[in-house]
Amino acid sequence: MRKTYKLYIGGAFPRSESGRSYVVNNAKGKFLANASQASRKDARDAVVAARKAFGGWHARTAYNRGQVLYRIAEVMEGRHQQFSAEVAAGEGLSISKARAVVDASIDRWVWYAGWADKLAQVVGSSNPVAGPYFDFSLPEATGVVAVLAPQDSSLLGLTSVIAPAIVSGNTVVAVSSYERPLPAVTLGEVMATSDVPGGVVNLLTGSASEIGPWLASHDDVNAIDLCGITSDDEARDLEIAAAGNLKRVRRPAEEDWSADQGLSRLTQYLELKTVWHPIGV
Amino acid sequence: MTTLDSGVDSLADVTSSEDRLRRFLLGLPGVDQVGAEARAATLSTRSIKTTAKQYALDLAIQMIDLTTLEGQDTPGKVRALCAKAKRPDPADPTAPQVAAVCVYPDLVATAKRELQGTGINVASVATAFPSGRSSLAIKIQDTKDAVASGADEVDMVIDRGAFLSGRYAMVFDEIAAIREAAGDAHLKVILETGELVTYDNVRRASWLAMLAGADFIKTSTGKVSPAATLPVTLVMLEAVRDYHEATGLHIGVKPAGGIRTAKDAIKYLVTVNETAGPDWLDPELFRFGASSLLNDLLMQRTKLATGHYPGPDYFTLD
Repeated sequence: MRKTYKLYIGGAFPRSESGRSYVVNNAKGKFLANASQASRKDARDAVVAARKAFGGWHARTAYNRGQVLYRIAEVMEGRHQQFSAEVAAGEGLSISKARAVVDASIDRWVWYAGWADKLAQVVGSSNPVAGPYFDFSLPEATGVVAVLAPQDSSLLGLTSVIAPAIVSGNTVVAVSSYERPLPAVTLGEVMATSDVPGGVVNLLTGSASEIGPWLASHDDVNAIDLCGITSDDEARDLEIAAAGNLKRVRRPAEEDWSADQGLSRLTQYLELKTVWHPIGV
Repeated sequence: MTTLDSGVDSLADVTSSEDRLRRFLLGLPGVDQVGAEARAATLSTRSIKTTAKQYALDLAIQMIDLTTLEGQDTPGKVRALCAKAKRPDPADPTAPQVAAVCVYPDLVATAKRELQGTGINVASVATAFPSGRSSLAIKIQDTKDAVASGADEVDMVIDRGAFLSGRYAMVFDEIAAIREAAGDAHLKVILETGELVTYDNVRRASWLAMLAGADFIKTSTGKVSPAATLPVTLVMLEAVRDYHEATGLHIGVKPAGGIRTAKDAIKYLVTVNETAGPDWLDPELFRFGASSLLNDLLMQRTKLATGHYPGPDYFTLD
C-alpha cells in the first residue's frame, strides 16, 4: 500500500492546509514519495499547538521529561529498519552506514534525556550575595522554539536540533530538510506513540526558505534555530525579522552532527530566573 | 421562501388569545434540520480575504457585546473591561470601539460611569439570569433595578420550563411585562437554544419573543452547552427576516457563547448577509456576545496591518 506522507501538528497528522505536495527523490534522483508541502498557515497552526502544549510540558518534572525522551529512543529502536531505509535512500548512504546514523540518532536522544534532571545543577547556581538572602539562579524553558532543521543530515541532524530544545521544557515547531523529509515524517509517528504530549513537537515538511520568514517574524515564537538555512543573505534577513520580538536566534554554522554536541544548543533556549529568598532567623 | 403561510390574516390577531397564539406557533412550518445544518456548513466555506476581511474584522469588533458574567466579577474587572471596550487595541488607535459592555445588574453603575460619553452602551442581564427561575415580580424588579442604574440594554431570559411545557402565553406575558418594565432600554430576549433542543422550538421561541416585543433575540446565556451554533443562528435569522417581511420591523439577532475566533465570527457575518440580508450587517441589528473573540479579531487585524503573525502576549487579558 502506498503511504501518504503528512505533517505532524498538535498530535495529529494533517495534510497541508494548502493542499500542496511535492516530489521527493532519492539521492540518485529517482522518485521516492510525495510529501506534503507545508504553508505559512500550517506553520501558524503549529505555533498555536506548540504554545498550547507549552504550559503542560514545561510544568512536568525534569525527571518525567527525561523519561519521555528515553521512551522516544526506545520507540525509535523499534522502527530502526524503516529509519535506516529512509536515511539510506535520502542521503545516499550504504545501508550499514545508514544503520550507524540511526544508532547515533537514538544515542543522541538518550544523551539528551540524561540531561533533563542534571541541567539545573550544571547551569543553575547558588549565588553569594551581600545580604541575608539565599540567591538562586534557575534555568527555565524559553517557550516556543522554531527550528529550521539541517538540510543534509535528515535524521541525526534533526534529532540533534529538536532534543536539546524539548528536554528543558520548550515546545518545538520544526521544518524538516526539504529534499530529505521522510525521516522527519517517521519521527512524527514516533512522537505520536511515545508519551510526548501532542503539540510538544510539530514537524512540517517543506521549504525552510518559504516558511522560515513567517516563523522568524512570528510574535509568539520565542527562539529560532536557523541551521537549515544555507544562504548568508537569507540568514541575515531572518535574523532581522526575528529581532521584532527579540527572539533568541541561533545562526547557521558548520556543524559535525556525529561529534559530541556539548551544551550550547541546550543552554541556548533557557531563561535564567534568579530568586532572592530571605534567610530566616 | 417564507415560514408564514397565507392562512394567517394578521399578526396582531395571533396574540389576541392563548389559543390562537398556540395555534400560530405550532402551525409554523418545521425546520428541515439536515437542510439547515447543510446550509450553515456551505455558508461557512466562503473565503473572505484582503479588503473584505478587513471590513469584516472591523465590523465584527463593532458588533461585540464585551461580556463578563462571572460570580467573581469585581468593579475593578468591569473597569478594565470598559477600558478595553473604549480602546480595544492601545497600539492601534484605528481599531473601532465595541458596541456594548454586558454585565450583571449590580455592576451596571460601575460600567455606566466608565463609559459615559463614549457612545458604548451598557447592557445588563436581568430576570434571574441565567436560569430565569424566579417569580415575575422579582424579575420585573430586577429589570427596573438594572434600568435605574443606567442600563441601555436589558438581556432577559425566557422561562424555558414554561416554554417546553407548552405554556406559551405565560412566556409571552412575561416578555411583555419585562418589555414594559425596561422602558426605553433595548430588550434582548435570550432563548437559551441549548435547552430548547430542537430547531422547531427555536423557530417558535423566536416568533414568540418577537411578537411579545423583543428588540433583539439572543441565542444563549453562555452558561449552557451547546451555546450559539451556526445553524441555530441561521434559523433565528430566518425568523427575523420573515418577521420583517410580515411587519416591516427590524429585529436584531445576537449569538452568544462559544464564538472565539475571527474565523467563526466571519462565518456568522456571511450567514447574516446571506440569510437576513445586508441590512443586518449593522451593530444595531447584529451583535456577538463574547469576550475572548475580541483578542482574536485584534490579532487578525494586526496580522493584516503588519504582515506578520502577532502573539497573544501582546494583547490584554480581560
